[in-house]
Amino acid sequence: MNRKLFVLLSALVLASLVLSACGSPATEAPMVETEAPVMTEAPVATEPSMPAEETVVIGFTSSLTGSQEVSSKRQVAGFNLWMQQVNDAGGIKLSDGTVVKFASQTYDDESNKERVQELYTRLITEDNADFLISPYSSGLTAAASIVAEQNGKIMITAGAAEDDAYKTGNTSLFQLYTPGSLYLISTVDMLKTLDPEAKVAIVHENDKFSTAVVEGLKPYLESQGFEVVLEEGYASDTTDFGPVINKLVESGATVLLGGGHYPDGSTFTRQLFERKAGLKFISLLVAPADSKFSELGDAAVGVATSSQWELSATHTQEEAAVLGKEWYGPSGADFAAAYEAATGEKPSYHVAGGYMAGLVLQKAIEAADSIDPEKVRAALEAMDIFTFWGGVKFDTTPEAHGLQVGHAMVVAQWQKNEAGELVRQVVWPADVAIVPPLYPIPAP
Amino acid sequence: MQQIGLLLASLPDGILLGFVYGLAAMGLTLIWGVMNVINLSHGPIIALGMFSTFFVFSRLGLNPYVGLIPVAIVGLLLGVLIYAVAVHRVINAPHLSSLLATFSVNMIIIGLGTAALTTSPYNVDFSAGSFKLGSTTLLGTRLIAALITMLFTGALYLFLYRTRPGKYIRAVANNRAAAELMGIPSTRILALSFGLGTMLAMVSGALIATFFPFSILAGSGYEMKSFVIGVLGGLGNPIGALFGGMILGVLEGIIPAFLETSWVPVIEFALFVVILLVRPTGLFGAKK
Repeated sequence: MNRKLFVLLSALVLASLVLSACGSPATEAPMVETEAPVMTEAPVATEPSMPAEETVVIGFTSSLTGSQEVSSKRQVAGFNLWMQQVNDAGGIKLSDGTVVKFASQTYDDESNKERVQELYTRLITEDNADFLISPYSSGLTAAASIVAEQNGKIMITAGAAEDDAYKTGNTSLFQLYTPGSLYLISTVDMLKTLDPEAKVAIVHENDKFSTAVVEGLKPYLESQGFEVVLEEGYASDTTDFGPVINKLVESGATVLLGGGHYPDGSTFTRQLFERKAGLKFISLLVAPADSKFSELGDAAVGVATSSQWELSATHTQEEAAVLGKEWYGPSGADFAAAYEAATGEKPSYHVAGGYMAGLVLQKAIEAADSIDPEKVRAALEAMDIFTFWGGVKFDTTPEAHGLQVGHAMVVAQWQKNEAGELVRQVVWPADVAIVPPLYPIPAP
Repeated sequence: MQQIGLLLASLPDGILLGFVYGLAAMGLTLIWGVMNVINLSHGPIIALGMFSTFFVFSRLGLNPYVGLIPVAIVGLLLGVLIYAVAVHRVINAPHLSSLLATFSVNMIIIGLGTAALTTSPYNVDFSAGSFKLGSTTLLGTRLIAALITMLFTGALYLFLYRTRPGKYIRAVANNRAAAELMGIPSTRILALSFGLGTMLAMVSGALIATFFPFSILAGSGYEMKSFVIGVLGGLGNPIGALFGGMILGVLEGIIPAFLETSWVPVIEFALFVVILLVRPTGLFGAKK
């Protein structure tokens, strides 16, 4: 027995020695990478015409699994499209002749906050990411932003609308989305014109983002003279909305505003339809903005959402000229065509958000004429541009540094077109609306 | 007054849902009762049941209830396979071994499921109509699910009390050593019991999929509910599990009438702890 044990231990020791020997080049790999510029500089000395090439590593996590999977994958698809386009176009050329190209380093965060913190630390300390993009969702971004801020790494936050992270003295975060507190303002404005007597129920997911939206929504509703007859939160993993719907019906509400993310929003919609809740108008966060929402069929008809961007109401160069803003990047049609060619799908605002995260960084590097983080930070702070996504401008006050102040949202609603197909149509603001809002929603 | 109306509206819904929770818990508690194994692969097996409905309805175009028979057979065979591969060798080992073994099965199913099906939510767009009962709307899918649960419970009861293999199962649950001395093939009976528990979990998942969306990760919530129900009804007592399920369903229906919905899990698990402390054998008594 002892002999067997000895043989086993010897084998283990031998195996570990072999493994560590095999492992050494891998651990030394980053050193080789850091020495790469020296190698690229050498030919420059002998052949001055060869431009130096810098590869900027952008780090982020994506939710390949878990509750944020649907929207997160779209965001990453948008970002990847941007990176492919910019690299294929030869990268960014700086005035000193350096060509900046981009590479990404990413991990699956499993929609898990703890994993996000661990992975962003790894992205910064082990993968030496130069810039960061946020994960999808406010909750995961809040976790990642702590790590980014501690390490002074610039993070473009896409897919994260909650306001709080920008009001705690952070200086490395730059938000792309309209803040959560302003998310449903356009919807309320629309409702005011449609039915000022509407009785409103606010039913929302109990997470950072949805709570931030409601915190901004309720006072605005009351200031516009609406009666809020029900305010209710639900857990993120709720699947049975029966009791909530009963409460909703009992409250006498005619309009429902709320929701959270895709899984709960799609479930809620289906059950509202099955139970014939009889609401005149429903606006939910996030879920109706995804093309997958149309799988709900008739249950989706009339359900609206606040959208960060819609292809049918994409922003244009003419709009930028009227506003006196600098236009930057491709047109909405070009962006959508490129995305459709790559994936066969039409882009949602989550895709556009991912693309914009890269585009904003590209613009900042061009404006800074450098990849030095401090110069890029200054360029981001000074940014005031207009793109197919709309305006991009960041708050630079210490009270809300990095908060998005240049971007406005639209209201989109699922309606049936003349062919009877479900399509998401922009219904507000009136000047960009494609069709009038469907109000009240026809009874099932 | 408004809250009483709300209570009456939510009560039937809660009871109907509770039946299906009870069926899921029955699978867990049967395995515990017969072989003292806490089956941590219960959740993903429920999720597999959900996906079976998805494939039967969305891919094969069949009525989801027609698919329940093959789902039950597959569940039984899957359970026997899990028993043979992961549980049999640790059946007499300390509880930690069987916990780890079934947890491993849990991780394998979730891993394979995630690779094959992703964790995106799936939806079975099936409707069996709805009708008004007073101030509440009852969904046909829930009503049918409750009826099927009653059928399965009745069939299980008849199987355990009126058939020879059923009597063997009860004998093994009661005293395995004595049952073996009487010539009962305990290994086969244990495998059959594990198969039956897995079958009940898969059927409950198949029924849940007709009214809730799901992903491969969705079973964990129902697994947790099954633990609460098991403790409520008495671990190892399948009929107690059905009543435990109904109690949980009713609680889920009526708590939101008075409190925010997010309080439901808080109260459920507080009840779990209270029952464990005050009446560890459950409200309906654990297996003797």
